[in-house]
Amino acid sequence: MGILMTIITVIYYLLIAAVCLILITNLIRERKWEKEILYIVVLMPFLLRLLRLK
Amino acid sequence: MNDQQGAAATGSNAMIRKLVFSSLGLALLISSGISFHRSRHRAEAVVLSEGVTEVRRLSDYHDCVAGSVNDCNVYIIDSGKPGATMFIMGGSHPEEPAGRLAAWLLAENAVMEEGRLILVLSANRSASTVTRVGGAYPPDFTIPTSWGGQLFRLGDRWSNPLDQWPDPEVYIHYPSRQNLAYVDIRNLNRTWPGRANGTLTERTCYAFMELIRQEKVDIFIDLHEAELQYPVINTIVMHERGEELATFTSMMLSDMEFNIGTENSPKNLHGLSHREVGDNSDAISLLFEAPEPFLDATRGRTTREQLLTGIDEFVVKAGEHGLLFERIDENGWPIDVRVGRHTSTILMTMEMWTELNPDRPLACRSVPRYADVIRNGTGHYLRDPAGADPGRVVYE
Ligand SMILES: [Zn+2]
Repeated sequence: MGILMTIITVIYYLLIAAVCLILITNLIRERKWEKEILYIVVLMPFLLRLLRLK
Repeated sequence: MNDQQGAAATGSNAMIRKLVFSSLGLALLISSGISFHRSRHRAEAVVLSEGVTEVRRLSDYHDCVAGSVNDCNVYIIDSGKPGATMFIMGGSHPEEPAGRLAAWLLAENAVMEEGRLILVLSANRSASTVTRVGGAYPPDFTIPTSWGGQLFRLGDRWSNPLDQWPDPEVYIHYPSRQNLAYVDIRNLNRTWPGRANGTLTERTCYAFMELIRQEKVDIFIDLHEAELQYPVINTIVMHERGEELATFTSMMLSDMEFNIGTENSPKNLHGLSHREVGDNSDAISLLFEAPEPFLDATRGRTTREQLLTGIDEFVVKAGEHGLLFERIDENGWPIDVRVGRHTSTILMTMEMWTELNPDRPLACRSVPRYADVIRNGTGHYLRDPAGADPGRVVYE
């Protein structure tokens, strides 16, 4: 059970990193300023989890 | 300016704008990150009472929690005289601070004259290092003292997701296979009796079960607080083997100090300490609930002040509409009242146990009762780590 949990947790963090990359790419490509703010706000909890802060 | 120049200017403007927004976002990330990191690693001092004879670790009882965040301190107050063993647990749900504070007052003041007292102040240490995600909870709170005040982590009901993740779709309790809410797989009071190879929260419960069995605990007490909209409040939840003890305790307290009821631990509700500790060990298992308006869904602002005063006009309003199971008025439910309820209920349980089991007594001194805590404040019984012998200070 412990090993399975560890594998899932690693995949989970990889997924978070992927989501962060997608959000950052979208932020760079975005033209509307409202949506840029939205991407940054959405990015925040993902980064906090990736950095293991919350 | 031709079209190409125009596009380039717009492009560089957009880049500057993105950089400005990103820097603002980064500033927010850093400031909140520092706050989260601090509260996750904040050390809380405990100045040992002269009665504390030994401080052990939970992993001394089973290595399934060794090296983990939940390898908490276990305080032993041994009178050296024969008698019973009582184990009091604070911090099952750290965001119910009266439970932790009552145990704290015991660790810093209690002296046993007969029998043995075992204390845990941070039963789910992991849960004490996080606050509710998206809940805008304050990270900590301060109990005022004559020497300035002592800061405590607020914590949450569930183990920190950084320590135990992911959650399943449905939490299947071990060993009953009862289905529970997914998030309760991180709830220490839903994972009893636990297992040595399970999740962090299950392993923590398993190590506590080992402590209870190895120390031959006679009475186990789990300290909690509840929202006023929850029917189980201001009460002692009792395992059937603790019925006599809890009933005597509640009768005496209701007669002499304050109203407190009793509730039977439901036989088919698994994972809770009042059920599983009683079923899986020789100990009598009790759980005390005090009222905490901070937990009510209808509360107003989620502030440190509300946490400690228990004053909330919105919860009062809910009471006017008959939605609560406990009364509340403009005086709220101050922390001193809640802590005092717990210390008095503990002392009365010891006294009633000794009446019922004179051959295995429990006697304790220097612990404030309900009226003392209200008169002097909780902080009066917290000791200044700066003025204490460093060898008698440990950290939670
Ligand atoms: Zn609780």
